[in-house]
Amino acid sequence: MAVKKRLNAKEKYRCMTRDLDWEPSYQRHEDIYPHERFEGIKITDWDKWEDPFRLTMDTYWKYQAEKEKKLYAIFDAFSQNNGHTTLSDARYVNALKLFLSGVTPLEYQAYQGFARVGRQFSGAGARVACQMQAIDELRHVQTQIHAMSHYNKHFNGLHDFAHMHDRVWFLSVPKSFFEDARTAGPFEFLTAISFSFEYVLTNLLFVPFMSGAAFNGDMATVTFGFSAQSDEARHMTLGLEVIKFLLEQHEDNVPIIQRWIDKWFWRGYRLLTLVGMMMDYMLPNKVMSWSEAWGVYFEEAGGALFKDLERYGIRPPKYVEEANIGKEHITHQAWSIFYQYSQATNFHTWMPTDEELDWLSEKYPDTFDSLYRPRFEHWRALQEKGERFYNPTLPMLCQICQIPLAFSEPDDPTTLSHRSAEHAGERYHFCSDGCCDIFQYEPEKYIQAWLPVHQILQGNCGGADVESVVRDYYNITPGEDNFEYLGSTEHRRWQDWHPNDKGSTPASPADPDRRQTA
Amino acid sequence: MPVTAIGPYAAQALDSQDRFHGLQLVYLCWEKHLMFCAPFTLPLPPHMLFADFIEQVAKPAIAQHPDAQWVDFAQVQWRLDEQPWTPDPGASLQANGIGHKSLLHMATPGLNGLAGTCN
Repeated sequence: MAVKKRLNAKEKYRCMTRDLDWEPSYQRHEDIYPHERFEGIKITDWDKWEDPFRLTMDTYWKYQAEKEKKLYAIFDAFSQNNGHTTLSDARYVNALKLFLSGVTPLEYQAYQGFARVGRQFSGAGARVACQMQAIDELRHVQTQIHAMSHYNKHFNGLHDFAHMHDRVWFLSVPKSFFEDARTAGPFEFLTAISFSFEYVLTNLLFVPFMSGAAFNGDMATVTFGFSAQSDEARHMTLGLEVIKFLLEQHEDNVPIIQRWIDKWFWRGYRLLTLVGMMMDYMLPNKVMSWSEAWGVYFEEAGGALFKDLERYGIRPPKYVEEANIGKEHITHQAWSIFYQYSQATNFHTWMPTDEELDWLSEKYPDTFDSLYRPRFEHWRALQEKGERFYNPTLPMLCQICQIPLAFSEPDDPTTLSHRSAEHAGERYHFCSDGCCDIFQYEPEKYIQAWLPVHQILQGNCGGADVESVVRDYYNITPGEDNFEYLGSTEHRRWQDWHPNDKGSTPASPADPDRRQTA
Repeated sequence: MPVTAIGPYAAQALDSQDRFHGLQLVYLCWEKHLMFCAPFTLPLPPHMLFADFIEQVAKPAIAQHPDAQWVDFAQVQWRLDEQPWTPDPGASLQANGIGHKSLLHMATPGLNGLAGTCN
């Protein structure tokens, strides 16, 4: 009988993945996979796991290496052509600062999380899929850093993003989101990250940033986006397979998964506030409004998904109505936070131009002019008098999402939403019912939250005043990396590069008191 | 269930009062003045008189708002931890029942933010 020289793709996949697995005989199954049971999830037959994609390591390396060759060729071209000078406006780079310090470290956390759960499942198919995604995530970290490293030569605030991710007050929002997932069991991690984040909400993260890059002349970042697209498609397939597999394995899994979907929908929604703010306020050339994006990518696409999951006994996430109401408000509320606490951020903030204010009025006809425009016009008037508004106090934070309590009640946009709970004689405060519910289910986890404001006041972040915390603990240079954009060194440098361009930045006097208001 | 964990799980609250070097946290929210994006977090001595809190802490915290100059603190309607409440200006925060991480709401009827827009 002739020996076949080559295996076909399907055989090769089987040999190189599931066939490498074996039944242990020296150790007990539960000792090898200790994390598989404590969450209450019941797996009756791992063989029912359908591999969401069939890719072996050697194919993976070959495929990714080709993509990277193209990617780095474009980075080089962008850099050699001084691509940063042909952006729509230097204000755009502030969106990249938010991305690099807020999102890129999450890719690293995703790598860590998938590497862990890729060890913990006794099903070989699930292990392989998770390990493969772990490598993808690591690659995303590296390529994002390289895509944005060019900007670090010409703009402020990009110099120490990983350090900032661990320390800066608002970066605790994305950081704690992922740490919450990574400290959960492996099945919750997958429901949180693979399903709720990568499958349900990922379009609301990647489309805005990557289209934002395309609309604003940032060829480096948009090319990263294209290069990651096929990976993201694989991650989404994994997310859907995870949820269907768990739901089909045992009916007792349904209420557990439902609770995780409720929790991680809400956590993801809160996290995406930062993305929505970026879309509505930080992109000089707008892609679409947050409200429109939420409508398309969540209300329409998510609606169809949850209809499909109905047959398993899964309903749409709890508080989804609140998110649908919130789409008209949260980005304006978030920009208000960052504008008034810009003395402590790693990027600049500014008031929208007249044109941008009109765009916001048009996109938010029911809320912007009545609720938010008056605040912005007041601040702009102050700025024109040389009295740019900064809030010298520290804000109250939500114990769960760690965002300042800046969101309004769903039924009353003129009242800040607040919930509280007591645990072991101590008070805890929340921005919403969604966050309060998460706390009440696992209070012992969240009483340990590292809330930046409280940590500063306990003296754990260096000095007692904001300026020294920002300078010494965050490694942000006050007056260079933060405060108002107009009149900043970055703004002036941009004007030097474009002497004839009146640009989209509003004519307004530079603020000479910038340093004194800290 | 206090936490989903693989084994015994002992957690310590990270923000208990003993960690604030003799101070306690008080949160202050001025209703219908959303120009201040969120309530303030204020570290205060528990023995501070409420009258001193008004003069030395609350007034400076809200001073940048155009409505601030019109606030008559004798007329403010207070809520302490979401309950209607009347402070005694001559008593300390502690004696007034303001605990660690208590939230104070101050309502100033008639003052509704920038041009009445609750900002």
